[in-house]
Amino acid sequence: MSTSPPPIPPPEEMREIFRTMTLIRRFEERAAEEYMAGRIGGFLHLAIGEEAAIVGTVSALRPDDPLTSTYREHGQALARGTDPRAIMAELLGRETGICRGRGGSMHLMDVQRAFYGGYGIVGGAVPLALGLAWAARYRETEQVSVTMFGEGAANQGVVSECFNMAGLWDLPIVFLILNNQYGMGTPVERAAAMDDFFPRAAAYDIESWKVDGMDVLAVRAALSEAARLAREERRPACVELLAYRYRGHSMSDPDTVRAAEEKERWKARDPLITFERVLLGEGILDAEGVAAMQAEVDTVVDDATAFAQESPEVPVADLADYVYAEPWNDAARASALVRP
Amino acid sequence: MSTEGKDVTYREAINQALREEMIRDESVFLMGEDIGHFEGAFKVTKGLLAEFGEKRVVDTPITEAGFTGLCVGAAMAGLRPVVEIMTVNFALVAMDQIVSNASKIHYMFGGQVDVPMVIRMPGGAGHQLSAQHSHSLDAMFAHVPGLKVCVPSTPEDAKGLLKTAIRDDDPVIVLESEGLYGKKGPVGGEDHLVPFGQAVVRRPGRDCTIVATSRMVWVALAAAEQLAAQGVEAEVIDPRTYRPLDLDTLAESVRRTSRAVVVDEGWPECGIAANLAAHLYESCFDWLDAPIGRVNSADVPMPYAKNLEQAAIPQPADVVAAVMATLAREVPR
Ligand SMILES: Cc1ncc(C[n+]2csc(CCOP(=O)(O)OP(=O)(O)O)c2C)c(N)n1
Ligand SMILES: [Mg+2]
Repeated sequence: MSTSPPPIPPPEEMREIFRTMTLIRRFEERAAEEYMAGRIGGFLHLAIGEEAAIVGTVSALRPDDPLTSTYREHGQALARGTDPRAIMAELLGRETGICRGRGGSMHLMDVQRAFYGGYGIVGGAVPLALGLAWAARYRETEQVSVTMFGEGAANQGVVSECFNMAGLWDLPIVFLILNNQYGMGTPVERAAAMDDFFPRAAAYDIESWKVDGMDVLAVRAALSEAARLAREERRPACVELLAYRYRGHSMSDPDTVRAAEEKERWKARDPLITFERVLLGEGILDAEGVAAMQAEVDTVVDDATAFAQESPEVPVADLADYVYAEPWNDAARASALVRP
Repeated sequence: MSTEGKDVTYREAINQALREEMIRDESVFLMGEDIGHFEGAFKVTKGLLAEFGEKRVVDTPITEAGFTGLCVGAAMAGLRPVVEIMTVNFALVAMDQIVSNASKIHYMFGGQVDVPMVIRMPGGAGHQLSAQHSHSLDAMFAHVPGLKVCVPSTPEDAKGLLKTAIRDDDPVIVLESEGLYGKKGPVGGEDHLVPFGQAVVRRPGRDCTIVATSRMVWVALAAAEQLAAQGVEAEVIDPRTYRPLDLDTLAESVRRTSRAVVVDEGWPECGIAANLAAHLYESCFDWLDAPIGRVNSADVPMPYAKNLEQAAIPQPADVVAAVMATLAREVPR
């Protein structure tokens, strides 16, 4: 991978990247408020601090490239263009949610935008991504499957199995290891034999490298190259992004393990602030333009939140919908609905 | 520092069992994700790393299949590993090691080596954790010969069963309940062991037997309270271990009441309640006055939305309705 500065996309795209990063940040801050107010239940994992990794990745892909993620995936859905209303409504468990209130924060999916979902079992989605790559090659489409997972997930056996199959069969997949340096309360140095994760994929003959995950243009350039390898040369690739999440693992983690000094050091490299500086420096936006964009995003988030709060609950009578592809009006459905 | 006689939480009771057994037996060690420095996702292992050090309280990478298998091997070599799988949901990743190795090795090799290990993990729904994080997989473990399976519902049993499990020479699965970690109650001292295969009557009654396990014991007790207000005296029995199963205590009660309802948090098909009902039909057929009722979670993956989740998991009202159905042929006094 060359070390030359990443190419600067056209101004319109630069603005769009910044807007999406801002939308993710503001959306997640609002989600945290909704959680504190008791309107969101379960686990809520925020990706605040990881916006460059998410938007840099998605902006480098084609809209029909299948994307898979973990439970920390609100940003992926937003970057893919899923209606923020449908995401917030899912977080509030409403019928208008993108998964009709069945999945919640950890399990967003927008198949129309080729976002193939967020999954809760660590490492569990990586083979699915391989299957999406398999299907792309089988059907001879030009799609590239991209899967984002944490450095903690990289330790699961199934991830190594997938590296091997991808290398063996030259599947069009990009493995994206989002190394935010912690898996829950465990730092990398207590969980991994080596500091870097990309060499693991390299060991299976997969083109692999590491980039600064706080720099959206660097991420975008890396993913463009990785996707090119997979699309044009039909070879798998692996990119490790070094990044940091600002909040605890989830809203229920008091985040006492990480040193305040360490958090401050990473926040000083905040992906939104650094990218805003680039935009101002290049004359793509001025301070007024930035403020106007933030205000516009806030109205989107306000609207999504109001929509979600006002949406109807899921009818309890529909509890057994979607268990099977065809509604199945027999014993299985009946025993789900009718108690003795 | 003895807390004997004082009320402690289910979480602290487990912590006491671990600590006491680690002091008693040098070969006992703990392994799992985030159990040391982070002190456990549910803080069950609080203080244990500080007391016993990294040799005996081991934080692992996220590799359930790997470290569970490692512990099977360590047990074959005579150590006594206590594995914490963060929640039962992640045990599915380790299922091959549990089912194909841990449970089989003593039998398959003609009794040459024991596998004295414990795998403890919490499960259950009720916190809006959705389809992949809300499992009650008791039936999957109870299905397997070679495993012993405990389901403590009180702090006292959480401590006493775990201590018995750690001293046992077979692989023991301890199914804790996420919803019970904060539950308080008295616990026994260092020598208090709860033997496997001994059910306990949680509430005596003459009209109908309710068999319930884990958190469902508390749901059944709440139902029994409501039934009492209607003049129905339900007997609530907690088997405490599925393997071995104390069928005698269950059957004795059902022969007395002539009616039974079985409650478990898992799915209805091929589940714990189905299995216990089958045992009771076989042993009590001639005494039964009504078909045995079953109360389970709905036959669906657990939904996220709160109202759907609450509708999907057994509630006291469901147990009351099931008991009343067994009494329907006779007007309750
Ligand atoms: C198989 C499995 N084991 C354990 C967990 C509990 N868990 C959820 S997230 C997590 C940490 C994952 O870390 P990483 O892969 O680095 O992703 P991050 O949360 O940092 O984005 C753990 C241990 C799980 N969900 N699935
Ligand atoms: Mg991580």
